[in-house]
Amino acid sequence: MKLTRHMKNIIKTEQLKYDYVMRDEEGNEAGYYTALDNVNLEVKQGDFIAILGHNGSGKSTLAKHINGILFPTGGTVWVDGLDTSKEENIWEVRQRAGMVFQNPDNQIISQVVEEDVGFGPENLGVPTEQIWERVEESLRVVGMYEYRKYSPNKLSGGQKQRVSIAGVLAMHPKCIVLDEPTAMLDPSGRKEVIRAVRALNQVEGITVLLITHYMEETVDADRIYVMDQGHIAIQGTPKEVFSQVEELKALHMTLPQATLLADELKKRGVVLPDGILTIKELLTELEKLINVHDTTA
Amino acid sequence: MIRDITLGQYYQTDSVIHRLDPRVKLAGTILFLIDLFLINNVWGYLIATAALATVIHLSKVPFKYIIRGLKSIIILLMITVIFNLFLTDGSVIFQIGFLKITWEGLRTAVFMGWRLVMLIIGTSLMTFTTTPNQLTDGMEKGLRPLKYLKVPVHEVAMMMSIALRFIPILLEETDKIMKAQQARGADFESGSLLDRAKALVPLLVPLFISAFRRANDLALAMEARCYRGGEGRTKMKPLVYNRTDRTAYLLIFAFMAVDIFVGRFF
Repeated sequence: MKLTRHMKNIIKTEQLKYDYVMRDEEGNEAGYYTALDNVNLEVKQGDFIAILGHNGSGKSTLAKHINGILFPTGGTVWVDGLDTSKEENIWEVRQRAGMVFQNPDNQIISQVVEEDVGFGPENLGVPTEQIWERVEESLRVVGMYEYRKYSPNKLSGGQKQRVSIAGVLAMHPKCIVLDEPTAMLDPSGRKEVIRAVRALNQVEGITVLLITHYMEETVDADRIYVMDQGHIAIQGTPKEVFSQVEELKALHMTLPQATLLADELKKRGVVLPDGILTIKELLTELEKLINVHDTTA
Repeated sequence: MIRDITLGQYYQTDSVIHRLDPRVKLAGTILFLIDLFLINNVWGYLIATAALATVIHLSKVPFKYIIRGLKSIIILLMITVIFNLFLTDGSVIFQIGFLKITWEGLRTAVFMGWRLVMLIIGTSLMTFTTTPNQLTDGMEKGLRPLKYLKVPVHEVAMMMSIALRFIPILLEETDKIMKAQQARGADFESGSLLDRAKALVPLLVPLFISAFRRANDLALAMEARCYRGGEGRTKMKPLVYNRTDRTAYLLIFAFMAVDIFVGRFF
């Protein structure tokens, strides 16, 4: 029983620890900065996981471990059962766990959208006809197929990020790690990208690890981890996490407005359930209250 | 001003020239450049201009767009023309003080200017009609024999294509930094040449830092997508010559032969 559960874990970290080495001007080791400390993570195949945290909480460092860009100082990371710190696993790991970065301009290699999406499969040695199939399919998933002949410079930030997602998708990964993909986008671009990410998870069944500091983006997640100073500070389903309003505030997280409003109302004696995340939920709850009030009066 | 630099940019459209094999375009451009340096009479230049005009027409790249690329070299062009105009010895047509224009000078100046313009248009036409990736592929395959001389053909080609991809991004960034500095009182436009050169330092430092950061990010992103050099890579758009390409080669060689013959011996 335990074995099958272990096999379903696409990502697993055990006592993961990572130290950044700080160097003085001559390049000698001057000390350590522990970015990750004792992080234990288990992600099941097909899950949508969100990792939250303010700047410097270690969330990006964690992301880089899953793609084999950084290697643990202590502990182990497994991706699809492969130990990422083993040299011979590195390309397998990178193919299975794709990664989308923050800056859309700094991860697009080609000057035509379709060629950029084909870059990953080319590196994997996929035969030509299959590359074209993969490119078409990936661009359709993120809704960028009409733009396949465009230059990335002509696209908006949100569109560029969707192209980056397609580029990773074309490598047929089992899991995609998105490291603050919306941090440099405007609100509408942010929405586009989050919609594409959701499609990846729900339609394509790909495990998604979304790293962000916008809490609104995490409401659909299966599970949320809130990081602080290299530790996992809070974890649970969105409802469980978002009901801990005071704790989240202490971690410098910006809560969704609906959650904040519900919290303030509750403090003033309005009877509302815990963990309200969206304006819609808040509205239904308030309507319920008004109806109850009407019938009793 | 910065937007005017169209050199090295791809112009998206569908044309015969766009569909040509990049190796044809690469070879064609190089041969055209050689040709420009071999011809030395009006007829040779006229044939070359006609050929270039035909290619521009076929490429469907708007002429205005191509001309914009010339703006960035206008000073270089002027210097070349003026120096040649005034500093060539020969039979004098016109003279004020020590300034004199000679027949030979006029001839060299016109030919020089003409040659430079065609040179720029010819090379930029290649980048207008070829995506950097195609160019890379073309160079990589066309220069493959050099691999046996331990020349890292794939790496050089990849670096070139990335450099081209980042030109517009860095231009935009320069513009942004410039405006940010100007908003805080920096002056890039007045003062002596030395002053203006000095004013560029606060522009170049942040630009370099940002370029290095971008390079680092891009390297990470490429590795994350399993890039590990040219070994074992397949191609999304493999290069295969077809009939149009062979015809193009024939036309290029025919043009070369005729133009060099006319341009040198008439």
